[in-house]
Amino acid sequence: MSTVELDATQSPGAPRGAAQAAPRGHRLRIGDPIFQVLATACGLGLAVAMFGLAGVLVYNSWPAISGLGTSVFTTVAWSPVDHQYGALAALAGTFLSTLVAMVIAVPLALVIALLLVELVHPAVARVVGTAIEMLAAIPSIIFGMVGIFVIVPFIQDKLVPWLLTTPLANVPGIKPGPQNQGGGLSIFTAGVVLAFMVLPFITAVSRDVLKMVPQVTKEAGYGMGSTTWEVMHKISMRYANSGIVGAVFIGLGRALGETMAVAYLIGSVYTQLPRSLFDPGTSIASLIAQQFSEATDKIQVSALIELGLILFLITVVFQIMAQVWLRRVQRSTGGRA
Amino acid sequence: MSTVAEVRSAPPRRRSIARRKATDLVIKVFSWIGAWFGIAVMAFIVWEVVVRGAGALSIAFFTQPTPQDVTSTAGGFANAIVGTLVITGVAALIAIPAGFLGGIYLAEFGRNGRVATAVRMIANVVMGVPSIIVGVFAFAIIVKPVHHYSGFAGSVALAFIMLPVMARTTEDILNLVPNEIRESGLAMGAPRWKVTLGVVCKAARGGLITGATLAIVRVAGETAPLLFTALSSPYWMTGLFGPGGFFEGPVANLTKTIYDFSGSPYPHWQALAWGGALVIIIAVLGMNILVRLLFQRGKEW
Repeated sequence: MSTVELDATQSPGAPRGAAQAAPRGHRLRIGDPIFQVLATACGLGLAVAMFGLAGVLVYNSWPAISGLGTSVFTTVAWSPVDHQYGALAALAGTFLSTLVAMVIAVPLALVIALLLVELVHPAVARVVGTAIEMLAAIPSIIFGMVGIFVIVPFIQDKLVPWLLTTPLANVPGIKPGPQNQGGGLSIFTAGVVLAFMVLPFITAVSRDVLKMVPQVTKEAGYGMGSTTWEVMHKISMRYANSGIVGAVFIGLGRALGETMAVAYLIGSVYTQLPRSLFDPGTSIASLIAQQFSEATDKIQVSALIELGLILFLITVVFQIMAQVWLRRVQRSTGGRA
Repeated sequence: MSTVAEVRSAPPRRRSIARRKATDLVIKVFSWIGAWFGIAVMAFIVWEVVVRGAGALSIAFFTQPTPQDVTSTAGGFANAIVGTLVITGVAALIAIPAGFLGGIYLAEFGRNGRVATAVRMIANVVMGVPSIIVGVFAFAIIVKPVHHYSGFAGSVALAFIMLPVMARTTEDILNLVPNEIRESGLAMGAPRWKVTLGVVCKAARGGLITGATLAIVRVAGETAPLLFTALSSPYWMTGLFGPGGFFEGPVANLTKTIYDFSGSPYPHWQALAWGGALVIIIAVLGMNILVRLLFQRGKEW
């Protein structure tokens, strides 16, 4: 903004030394507007691209939306041969695997964030924090491969047989259903691996949020004789609670849309609702990944894009909620996330 | 009466100091265990990939294309490595300048205005959109109209993922540059674009290079956006156009090939897949650590 004014004050001065100042003034007038327009176009282009993406998804899923109606959400029959595209199993699998992931990842992320902010020297915190962040750099496909060759056998041969000897075996949700294949390739396995994929995101955001709590506030707590945990739990977490909610939503959004690792691990059963966490299933993202390139039926492609649209809308809602909560904590602490 | 009741209800709240300290200790122990566990998982994954992948890395792995014959033990991943470099490179050529300018808009022009706040929020949201959705989008706008898969479609998908990352990191880094530097540049009579590019960006050079590298590395390991855009191919890319060309045909790439091979029943193919995984993990983690070490100073003023 100030540049525009600067230019305006300079140009009237130009005629005085016309011979020397004219070419320079000319360059000023051309360069800045072009630069600003270019930068603004790129910034706005980003926003336009997002709406373009939403529009393209709606347009391409229209045949399925109008042709299949609500059967996509209410039925479990996924059979391209019979032109049946019920994706209830995929919806259930997506939510259950995300639930397992969050139950594991959120407490773990919070205790790690506590360690990074309160317990260790900042230099140590940086090394440990970077190591955890590196988990986010590992490609999804590698999580899937290590999962299938290492974690699947562990769960199938060790965890599930052990669980079945305990009283937990009869608890609904753990008791294997009729589709069970031993529990290795299951919603639970996918959830466990997802937990470690979203852990770095939740840890990083909640660490940044906890760091925003003013030192004076915490010191007041310590001055009253509080222990570290009491300061963390009763002061920091209460002060920054909306930010932690934001961190959890960011993790949620990631877990819901994670594709490759889930496609490897969830078992790819499209036509049956899971009865247990140890049953195989599918998720929206992995269903798209596995069927899209082989889909020949036009309505199948459209149904898959409709599922993509649903996943898009769900993740966008969670991301917006995350942003809103994070902005709230930013405003209350006056800091930048 | 009420005070008596309050006093009576008070004792359970006032826990003994020993108990409070014990709770504190338990939580501290848990947070150490948690952190070590996180690091152990990270180390374990890297270790598994190194152990299983090291055997597959040979000269043939880097010089021969993917095998088509399941019985032979020849073949490598050379065509897939080249394809990934090309697809990611083109994505970077699209996304880095655009994202960089978008970041300049947010940091230098839009600032805290209403439009810029909206753009910033949208960029944050787009960063959280699942990569497979971006793959579907690229399929719908590029593959579907022309009726063939192409490496270019893959590049567009990856560029879409890079764009908001690049814009937001550029903005964050430019925001670290003190305002005095901008003001002194403008006070010298330099035009705004010169101050931004020649002074502000130059001052933040290290951070910008880190940001761009991390954005590239982030998409280099993506599989989902390539599944139905670049697809996969057992052949070398034959150029820009024609059935095996970048713009008109499927292009072999590391991640999709790893996905296909690791799911195959042939031990040799699985071994190659682990080799590919090792190459990716070395590239991604290596670049991550390298830029962090080289340009650590650029991040903190």
